[in-house]
Amino acid sequence: MRSKAKGSRKKKRIAGKISTYIILALIAVICAGPFIWLLLSSLRTGANIYSLHFSLKDFSISNYTGVIEYMDLGKYIWNTIVVTLGGIIIDVLFSSMCAYPLAVMDFKGKKIIFGLLVATMIIPAAAGMIINYLTISKMHLLNTLLGVILPTSVSTFSIILMRQAYLGIPRELIEAAKIDGAGELRIWATIMIPGIMPSISTVVIFDFIKNWNAFLWPIIVLQDPEKYPLATALQYLNGSFSYKFGYVAAGTIISIIPVLLVFMICQKNYIEAVSGAVKG
Amino acid sequence: MAQAVKKISRRKKMENIRAYAFMTPALIIIILFTIIPIIGSLVLMFFDYSVVGTTSFVGWDNFVKAFQDREFIIAIKNSITFVVIVPVIQILSILLALLVNQKLPGITVFRTLFYIPVVTSMVAVSIMWGFIFDTQGIINTLLQDLELITQPLGFLNSKYTAMLCLMFITVWQGLGYYMMMYLAGLQGIPQELTESAQIDGANTFQTIFKIKIPLLKPYIWLCSLNSVISAIGVFDVVFVLTKGGPNNATMVINYYSYTKAFGDFQFGYAAAIGAVQAVITTILSIVVFVYGKRGGMTNEE
Repeated sequence: MRSKAKGSRKKKRIAGKISTYIILALIAVICAGPFIWLLLSSLRTGANIYSLHFSLKDFSISNYTGVIEYMDLGKYIWNTIVVTLGGIIIDVLFSSMCAYPLAVMDFKGKKIIFGLLVATMIIPAAAGMIINYLTISKMHLLNTLLGVILPTSVSTFSIILMRQAYLGIPRELIEAAKIDGAGELRIWATIMIPGIMPSISTVVIFDFIKNWNAFLWPIIVLQDPEKYPLATALQYLNGSFSYKFGYVAAGTIISIIPVLLVFMICQKNYIEAVSGAVKG
Repeated sequence: MAQAVKKISRRKKMENIRAYAFMTPALIIIILFTIIPIIGSLVLMFFDYSVVGTTSFVGWDNFVKAFQDREFIIAIKNSITFVVIVPVIQILSILLALLVNQKLPGITVFRTLFYIPVVTSMVAVSIMWGFIFDTQGIINTLLQDLELITQPLGFLNSKYTAMLCLMFITVWQGLGYYMMMYLAGLQGIPQELTESAQIDGANTFQTIFKIKIPLLKPYIWLCSLNSVISAIGVFDVVFVLTKGGPNNATMVINYYSYTKAFGDFQFGYAAAIGAVQAVITTILSIVVFVYGKRGGMTNEE
């Protein structure tokens, strides 16, 4: 009797597990299915591009070669790389510098500056685009990639994240270096920066995804579509070449792949940072 | 003695200079592109300002104009309608978090899959769904193959369905993000708590509703707030797919403000619209906050 009950409970648990996996698989189809469909469609040519029937012999990479040649995708990819890397370099360098005194030095106005930084994180800055447009135009940076990069480069989130990381470095290390006669700049470069590498990598991943995907600000700053980064160019291509569905699909897949790769490689770090932010 | 004091004060001065030397580059960018825009918008909304032509102080005229602007009223209504997605997205993502919080082999693969839409650009996502909802798209093809419809349906061209499509895409893209938030919350719940409840005879539903959900309340509060703010500010998906159409059916405040600023170059008017958006966001945030407080959703901090 007893073992029978145990057996049925076990069966029930297995049935539960199987149904959980079925539900998980269904949701996975909803989340990832559209991407897979787009990928398969981008590999096909001809009129039947929308149809659901796929056969392997129809596949070709002509859409990819087409979009790269006719739409000069390489140029847009290069612009995106410049914008993405430029933003990352400025943010990592300036934010890590800015966070350093906030973590370890005593100076006048420390509380005010820290409070100001936190406040800018709370206030939504969406409406700021108009003023930023005017500022960038006054700086003669309209229609330049620097004008795209600068306004969104330094993020207060990065500064606060790195300040937290600096606080975790033992004070004795700094004191010992000071006794050895090291200056503030050398301490920062040789002890502090290596000590906050995990946070720097988090900032790099966040910035990479943010900058790679940015599309609206570039439309406003750049008058010349030749200078568009990939996401902006896609939006532009989608408007003017929408009849070339295969090309747009291929371009979209190309734009997604780098972000997906970075996310897959760094997902543990990234997800911990995202969920850590809410705990704050 | 006096010399020693002097020395200390000089050292302090040096420390101040060094500190500000480190912070200056970042502070310049933040002041220039974050703080000045906030202050600048507050000034701009009282002016009739466009890049060309004369600039004049108009007081509250921009606001008076806004509330007589039929298109703007429609935009407000649509933006508020869009907030309907907040409870939908929160409930679904809590369920999803509960699902992926189980200890099963391969569960991290599913978590990653569910998160993919979040890291993809909204442009790519919108283009993709645009193809799916197209009159020749996969849904129409499928429905026609099954002979459920004879004429293709213009999901994004119909004033009845366009908004629903945009809402669906937004929910679809946001789910993974909130799932991760709630997952973090669920993993913070001490295991002894759920285990001891199970020993006391609580079933799965009871542990979810009596223990897990109440402990998730600070997260629910924070995520809902976040979700309300981004729903009122919805932009990308409108910009890529409908441009506010058909016939203003998907015209939302943020997009309207954009068209006024960078389409018509009415910067002062656009700033005033932005201010109205900020006020609506604040009011709705307070509503969420008050409800949260009443429901006992106290913040951890």
